[in-house]
Parts: sequence; C-alpha cells; structure tokens
Amino acid sequence: MSENQMNGAEALIQSLEKIGIEIMFGLPGGSAIPLFDALYKVRRKMKFVLVRHEQNAAHEADGYARATGKPAAVLVTSGPGATNTVTGIMTAYMDSVPMIVVTGQSVRGMLGKDAFQEADVFNLTMPIVKHSYLVKNANDIPRVVKEAYHIATTGRPGPVLIDVPKDVGTEACTAGLEAEMNLPGYKPEPKGYAPETIRQIADALAKSQRPVIIAGHGAVLSRAEKELRQLAETLQAPVATTLLGKGVFPDSHKLSLQGLGMHGTAYANRAVVECDLMISVGARLDDRILGVPSQFCKNAVKIHIDIDAAEFGKLVKPDIRCRGDAKTVLQDLLPLLKKGDTADWIKRIDGFKKKWPMTYAKKGGLHPPQVIDALNKLTGGKAIMTTDVGQHQMWAWQFYRCDKPWQFISSGGAGTMGFGLPAAIGAQFGRPGETVIAIVGDGGFQMTMSDLATAVIHQLPVKIILMNNHYLGMVRQWQDMFYDERYSGVDLEGNPDFVELAKAYGILGLNLKRAADIPKVLKKALDHPGPALVNVEVVHHEEVFPMVPPGKPLEETVLCHPRRKPGRPAGRKNDPAKSGAKKG
Amino acid sequence: MSKENSTHNLSIYVANRPGALARIAQTFSRRGFNIESLVVSAGATGDFSRMTITAKGDEAGLEQIIMQCSKLVDVLACREHTDEEVVARELALVKVAVDSHQRGEVLQIADHFRAKTVDLSEKSIVLEATGSSEKLDAMVDLLRKYKIIELVRTGKVIMARGERET
Repeated sequence: MSENQMNGAEALIQSLEKIGIEIMFGLPGGSAIPLFDALYKVRRKMKFVLVRHEQNAAHEADGYARATGKPAAVLVTSGPGATNTVTGIMTAYMDSVPMIVVTGQSVRGMLGKDAFQEADVFNLTMPIVKHSYLVKNANDIPRVVKEAYHIATTGRPGPVLIDVPKDVGTEACTAGLEAEMNLPGYKPEPKGYAPETIRQIADALAKSQRPVIIAGHGAVLSRAEKELRQLAETLQAPVATTLLGKGVFPDSHKLSLQGLGMHGTAYANRAVVECDLMISVGARLDDRILGVPSQFCKNAVKIHIDIDAAEFGKLVKPDIRCRGDAKTVLQDLLPLLKKGDTADWIKRIDGFKKKWPMTYAKKGGLHPPQVIDALNKLTGGKAIMTTDVGQHQMWAWQFYRCDKPWQFISSGGAGTMGFGLPAAIGAQFGRPGETVIAIVGDGGFQMTMSDLATAVIHQLPVKIILMNNHYLGMVRQWQDMFYDERYSGVDLEGNPDFVELAKAYGILGLNLKRAADIPKVLKKALDHPGPALVNVEVVHHEEVFPMVPPGKPLEETVLCHPRRKPGRPAGRKNDPAKSGAKKG
Repeated sequence: MSKENSTHNLSIYVANRPGALARIAQTFSRRGFNIESLVVSAGATGDFSRMTITAKGDEAGLEQIIMQCSKLVDVLACREHTDEEVVARELALVKVAVDSHQRGEVLQIADHFRAKTVDLSEKSIVLEATGSSEKLDAMVDLLRKYKIIELVRTGKVIMARGERET
C-alpha cells in the first residue's frame, strides 16, 4: 500500500470526521485493532473517550446527543464488545436518539464459522436499530458512513450500526472520501401531509372548548419549542409534557400541566380526561401515558402529529393524523389559528391545580423530592439533569422544574437502569461549561458505575446525586401496592459505602443524612470543580404519587397509598430490611 | 374466515440489499403474524426485488405491519392488495405414487386442472399445475385419494391489474 493510500479503517475514521462526528466513545478488542490503529494514525479533531464497559459507551453517546442534538459515535470490538452495546443501542432506539455504532467483526472468511469473538451483531441488533450495515468491501465505507449519518439524523432519529470485518479495515480503500448516497427506499418526509390536513386540524381546534396539548420528544428533536408555545398561547390550551418532552414547554408557564401519565400530575391527567380535543405534538402516546389505551380521551377529538407514520394507531386511533416534522407542521398551522376563548376551561384547570398540588413529605427522615426541590433552587432549574430509572427518576421528573428542552435526559421507552451516570458523562462532554447532575438510585448506579473512571480521567464535573434507599424501590412499590407486600428480590443488602467508593476513584464523596444539611451538602458538591458524589440516605419506604395503577384509566389516578394515609410511615410486613443486619 | 384472522396479500418493493428479507420477516414475526407464503424475486430493474407475502392476522395488526415495513430504509413500497385487484398465480409440483391401474385416473384429474405431466416413472408421476391458489388446493385435495409422496408450491405471486402499481 502506498503511503497516501488509505485502508478501510482509515477511511472509516476520516469519513466520520468529515461528516461532522466530534466525539467517539469506545473500547478496543482484537477485531477492532485496525480501527483503533486508524484512530491513532489519522484522527485529527474527533475526541476519543475510552470507557470501562461498552454499554457505557453507547449511553455516553446517547447523553451527548440528547444534550446537544448532535450524534456521537461508538467504537467497540466484535463479539462481547458489540453485544455489550446492545442495551445502549436499544435505549437510544426506543427514545429516537441519533447514534453511529461501529463494531469490529471477525475477518470475512470466518463469518458464520464461530470464530473467536464472533457474534452476528448485524442480525442481533436488527430490531433495535434504525438501519445497519455489514461492510463487505472497504470501498463501500465512505458511502456507508455518509448514509449512516443521514439515516441516524433525519426523520425520526435513531441508532445506525456499522459492522466492519477486520480485513475490511486493513484492505485498501481506493474509493476516496467523496461518496454518493444510494438510499432509494428512505423517505423521512418532514412534510408528509397535505395542506388539507392542516386545514382540518385548524377547524377542529377552532371548535374545541377544552383543548389539551401533549408535547413529546418529537417536539424537542424538531426544535419546535417556540412554535409550541405560540400554539398554546394562541389557543389558550394547557400543555402536558411526556417524560422525554420535559422542558419543551416551560414547566413554569401558567399553561403548563407538567407531566402526564402513570406518575404525571393529577391535574394533567384530569385535564386529559376532561378535554374535548387532544393534540399530540411529537409524542408517540405510549402505554405509560395512556392508562388504558381504549379509554384514553375517548370522547375527545384526537389529533396526532408525528414524523413516523408507524406511530399512528399503534395504541390510540387518531381522528386526524398528520405525518410531519413538529416544527414544520406547527409553522403551517399557526397562521390559520384564531385566539382561543378557553377562560372557563383554564379556570377549571387552575382549580385542579389548587385541589391536587404536587407536594411531598418533609418529616420523618430524608425524602428524595426534598433533595430534587433543593437542587431546583440551587441551580435555578438551569442544570442539565440525567436520571437512572425508577422512583428517583419519577421524582426528578415531577419536582425538577425546567423551562428549556435538551436539559432533562432520561431513559423513557427502554427504562434502562444504569443510564444516569454515563448519560451525564456524555452530556458533560457535549456541554462542558454547564452543570450536569446525575440523579441515580443505588440499584441503577451499581450497574454502570465503572465509568466513574471516565469522569475522573477527563475531570468532568458531573454531580452524582445517589438516592440511596437500599432497595430497588420502584419494584418494591409495586410489590407493596399490588402484591400484598411480598417483597421479592428488591433488597439491596451489600451496598458498598458509596462515599468511600467515590474516594477510591479520587472523586469528592459526601454523605447526606439529615434534611437540615441538604443545602449545605448539595452546595458543596455543586461548587466543587471536579466530579462529586453525594450519597443521600433517604427513607427506605416511600412511594411515588400520583400514580395511575397498572391496567387503570387516567380517571383513576391515585394520590396516596390506598391502604395508608399520607404521612404515615409505610408498612413493614415481610420487610427483609428488618431481618438482617444492614447499613443505613 | 373471520375478519380477525383473514389472509392478506402484501406486495413489497425493496432495494436488493443484504438483510432486507430478514428485516421484513422480523416485522411480521414481532407482531405475531404468521407468514403463509413468501416469494422473493428480481424486480423489473436489477437493483430491486419484489416480495409477495401472504399472511394471516387481524386488520389493525396488518396496518401496523404495512407502516412498519414501509419505514424500513430498504423498502420503497409496501401495499396490500385484495384478490379482486390483482392477477394471482401459484405453481405446484405434486409427486403422486401410482401404479399402472391408477395412472389413468390421475391423468384425468391432471387434465381437468390443465396440469402437465413433467415426470413419469413406473411407480410415480409428477404433475405441474399453475393457477390460483384455490385451484391448486382443489387439485391437491383430489389427489390425496392417492398417495402424495411430495408436494412443493411456490407460494402466491400477484400483480395489480391495469395501470395500477403492484
């Protein structure tokens, strides 16, 4: 090979840089050595971050994308390296996050022969990628990278996987980096609607007296926050946001209902129950916000705006479906709208807000919502917040107030525990000057905490707020409420001393055990220039409310434990925490 | 046949890329649709394939499958066709065990269905029949009176009538 001739691996790295990938998270292995060699030789601007587990690489790329709107790349080896990314890819896929995952692969001649570290990653990941490639020829690489980026970032975004056999990486690539895409079947269609559809929507909105807007991740991804606000203010319609839509409409706005669904606010759920029209802007209307799908808004006109036509009628049959990019649709719609007269409706909703305000317990130990609320005050709601999955996630969603999108980063569709820390690392890389807080539980944190090392090496000032209740709390809540307190497999005995663990990594570790210390300890962590971990010893038994019990419609949102009055400590029947010696 | 479990004809026009068939098959299996027949062949131009799939399942599920197939990056079009809209054909090869006494009767059945004899031996006969799937069903049913040694059918292929696209 002559000196100025590239091999496939070099073409891949250069193509990723050329297309605009700024950061890559990964971990090498045998089949990926040519790719890492190319990183060494030809990388110019793209940052490379070595992780401690490949799942974290995918979550870090995910957090980066959700904080910046720009995709990152993941680079791992074949076999276990690739399969370790599967959870991360699925997490990104479920939440429509753009990502390019490059996996090393056995040499072409060994494919399908059970070679060392060979896994059929192309097929393994097929249901959880937007698209994927197994590259058979080095000359295809520039085109594949260009297509992968285009597919990942347009239409409904998602992860794209590129599987690169080792000998494709080492063979000469003579194609040059300029490549034409060849995607005859790909049709993202940001304007896949007729002008007539916009007219229909405007007519329906004009007739509505009790409209409700539901805004989801699609509104965030299309950067439709300005248009969404205009829509709400023109119609004088209240807005509920999904978990992933948080911030796309300001939580502090008087028309905001905050979140809806299983752990949404009681007033959001009530508004959805009583509305005569529901317009969904970039929400896929999934089972966690619907209650019982067939009962959802059953007497209301349902308008569904989504870039992905496959979302129409998946669970809720819309009266008007409008396929398109949220921003584009709203820009076409807004000129047709007249100022809504909904004073009675808004008054009624304000009544709901007074009747069922979002409150939390303050006595009898330390309560997670208190900590979230304090973070809210200390950061002015301006910090980027990532979460794991479980009770703390729902409390963070309920009690953190943010007025901007791209700020609340959480695994919604996949519900991936362990997402919080690596997502915070990715987000901090993307927005280095800003405060990034990871709200995690003691369960999820232990799944991915190996990447504390990454935070230390890069001196990322992420703040890890660990809500330590020594339980897998959300499952325990369900066992408590719906399984007659039969606690099974939820006791996290054997938790390490997280403060000592943080110190072992060279991270500031702090304990928070008394409510009176909340501002002081949190401030110390926030003011620390490097990474910090706060182990918050919260009450062991606490449930997230409001809650729509599984299998119930939104009408049946409950505000407190059906067998206990609010404020009273939870039951201790069958409590394994009592039977053994336990830290706490 | 109930509406919940009726048979549907789908035609999918797809870029001829590795994995395209697997992606489409997965879309069906994930929603619990059982594919009854699947024919993949070259399209009118070389880079594209035409898939004809017949599958059983409910209407709502089918609508989802069509939309999910349509959004696959390699798929150019995915449409459902009713029997009235299309010309539908299938080919069957049937190997029947026959002795010299039965041969005449089998040939009579073959003649009725315009099947051709494509192989003949002392103890067996292979018939080739083309037509609608229902016609082939009827022929095979009659031949079951004899011993069918082997049966292979191509599965249904369809083409839209007139100017319409399949």
